[in-house]
Amino acid sequence: MATLSIKQVKKSFGKTDVIHGVSVEISDGEFIVIVGPSGCGKSTLLRMVAGLETVSDGEIAIDGKVVNDLEPMDRDIAMVFQNYALYPHMNVRENMAYGLKVAKVPAAVRAEKVNAAAERLQLTDYLDRKPRELSGGQRQRVAMGRAIVREPSVFLFDEPLSNLDAKLRVQMRLEIKELQSSLGVTSLYVTHDQVEAMTMADRMIVMNGGRAEQIGTPLEVYEKPASLFAAQFIGSPAMNLFRGYIENQTLRLDNGATLPVSTEHSGPVQAGVRPEHLYPADQGPLDMAVGYIEPLGATTLQHGKLQGTDVAFTVCLPGIVDPNSPGAKRFDFDNHHLHLFDADTGAALSR
Amino acid sequence: MATKESTGMVEKRGRSLWLTHALMIFGVLIVFFPIWLAFVASTVTQQEITQPPMPLLPGGEFFANYSKALTSGVNVPVLTMLINSLIMAIGIAVGKIIISLLSAFAIVYFKFPGRTVFFWLIFITLMLPVEVRIVPTYEVIAGFGLLNTYSGLIFPLIASATATFLFRQFFMTIPDELTEAARLDGARPMRFFIDIVVPMSRTNIAALFVILFIYGWNQYLWPLLITTDPEMNTIVMGIKQMFPSGDDVADWPVIMATSILAMVPPVVIVVSMQKLFIRGLVDSEK
Repeated sequence: MATLSIKQVKKSFGKTDVIHGVSVEISDGEFIVIVGPSGCGKSTLLRMVAGLETVSDGEIAIDGKVVNDLEPMDRDIAMVFQNYALYPHMNVRENMAYGLKVAKVPAAVRAEKVNAAAERLQLTDYLDRKPRELSGGQRQRVAMGRAIVREPSVFLFDEPLSNLDAKLRVQMRLEIKELQSSLGVTSLYVTHDQVEAMTMADRMIVMNGGRAEQIGTPLEVYEKPASLFAAQFIGSPAMNLFRGYIENQTLRLDNGATLPVSTEHSGPVQAGVRPEHLYPADQGPLDMAVGYIEPLGATTLQHGKLQGTDVAFTVCLPGIVDPNSPGAKRFDFDNHHLHLFDADTGAALSR
Repeated sequence: MATKESTGMVEKRGRSLWLTHALMIFGVLIVFFPIWLAFVASTVTQQEITQPPMPLLPGGEFFANYSKALTSGVNVPVLTMLINSLIMAIGIAVGKIIISLLSAFAIVYFKFPGRTVFFWLIFITLMLPVEVRIVPTYEVIAGFGLLNTYSGLIFPLIASATATFLFRQFFMTIPDELTEAARLDGARPMRFFIDIVVPMSRTNIAALFVILFIYGWNQYLWPLLITTDPEMNTIVMGIKQMFPSGDDVADWPVIMATSILAMVPPVVIVVSMQKLFIRGLVDSEK
């Protein structure tokens, strides 16, 4: 159990800056998900916490103790890797016990801890198998077992579910979350999958280009994205964006539609509305040149372009719409679902 | 029609199967014939060998010839030479494996100044066979007083660029995450080497052991140079030493028995290790 504090942490490889100063305070037992596209520096940040990469600048502290110069083994952490990184020549029992063996924990204690972890993860029947004789999900469990037998203060997960198929991913997602909350261990979890981030995180860090774009609870990020990037990255399908211009508290979109907005800002903006917040309305401000209709079962996605422009947007309609029907043409949204971003900086405008 | 065609296919396949077998058996006979002759020659008397026609079936002197070879030989008992060869071959194989495992580990896992230079230095020695560096090596070994010793037989031959290179290539295929997982588990470099790297390399080690054992066993020039004492002769060079100089009569049955005996240990190693490294191959992870 511990807090984790990351202060103005920077990383550069040679002359290339990869992380430009990320700060976050993580409280005891919190589950933090770092989410971002590939190459945004999320794994590098995690690896710096793990001690696998050096910290170029800034400070990482676990439970108040600065660990910048400590070896990974001395940081009291455990990590789960994307490809599981199980030792192929050892069986499950040996894999889970290896860290304890190196730490010279007596064999009896070792066996006890491994058995307890195996029971928790339903691995008891597989203890004598080699990793190659296990399925992907089981290997993932062994990797987690290896992490929990060491009873670390911080868990680190590096895209642990990326190698699993979709169904198993959903199941393991729940298992990891359940395990973490029952153990109450502070966790840092890296993923590029926004669904994982939304469902698992107590708070998430949305990273882009080596910067933390937003740090907040999943719903905060969803409802009040702090930047254009966060708005686009979280939510599926992605938020629709329309170019516009604000003058005298009036937003004028490219297609000529005008809307009253309550902001003091004036100048070019990006106006964002999530597809699920649009609904058909005869007098709506958004008129669509319908492209194609994708019924997904529970909902239907209708793709098209803003009439008279080449701005693509998507509407998420409830229920099933016949893909061969002409589809609805005009759409409206509630004013509180409109997000405004500065066209130059991408920062959200306060409303 | 269709059935006829299909039987035709089967017939053809059967015929080609027989043909390939016949060819293979013919090839094996060609390769095996000299060995058979050597075996026959080791079971007859001196007189029977020297007078034509050459015998093609084993005679009754098997035990007499082999016990003579093993216990007295020509210059020195073959048993002594076999033991010498065994010590040398195992020494070379094990030494080469240990040295190349360690040097490959250093080259792959540690960043030190001149790492690339060292790698290329090792790599360049690949191009220099024993014969090229034999004179300076002899000087060094003689200077250390290692003539007629096992150390002198083994040490100059245990540096192996080939094995180092092979292990380097293998180590580079070990995923980085495994190294990192071991670091997180608290394993320091040598612990990682012994607990993870060596067990993972066991397939390669088994395969290399077979190759290197045979390499060591078949050393001819080097033992010939540095062993002057018949007690230190290895079997491959020992056979040559058995040939008479001048007017002495060669004891062919004993020489042939020695040749057959010289073949036994490599065959045993290949056959027994083959099982091990095939199992290793099957066992190796995905």
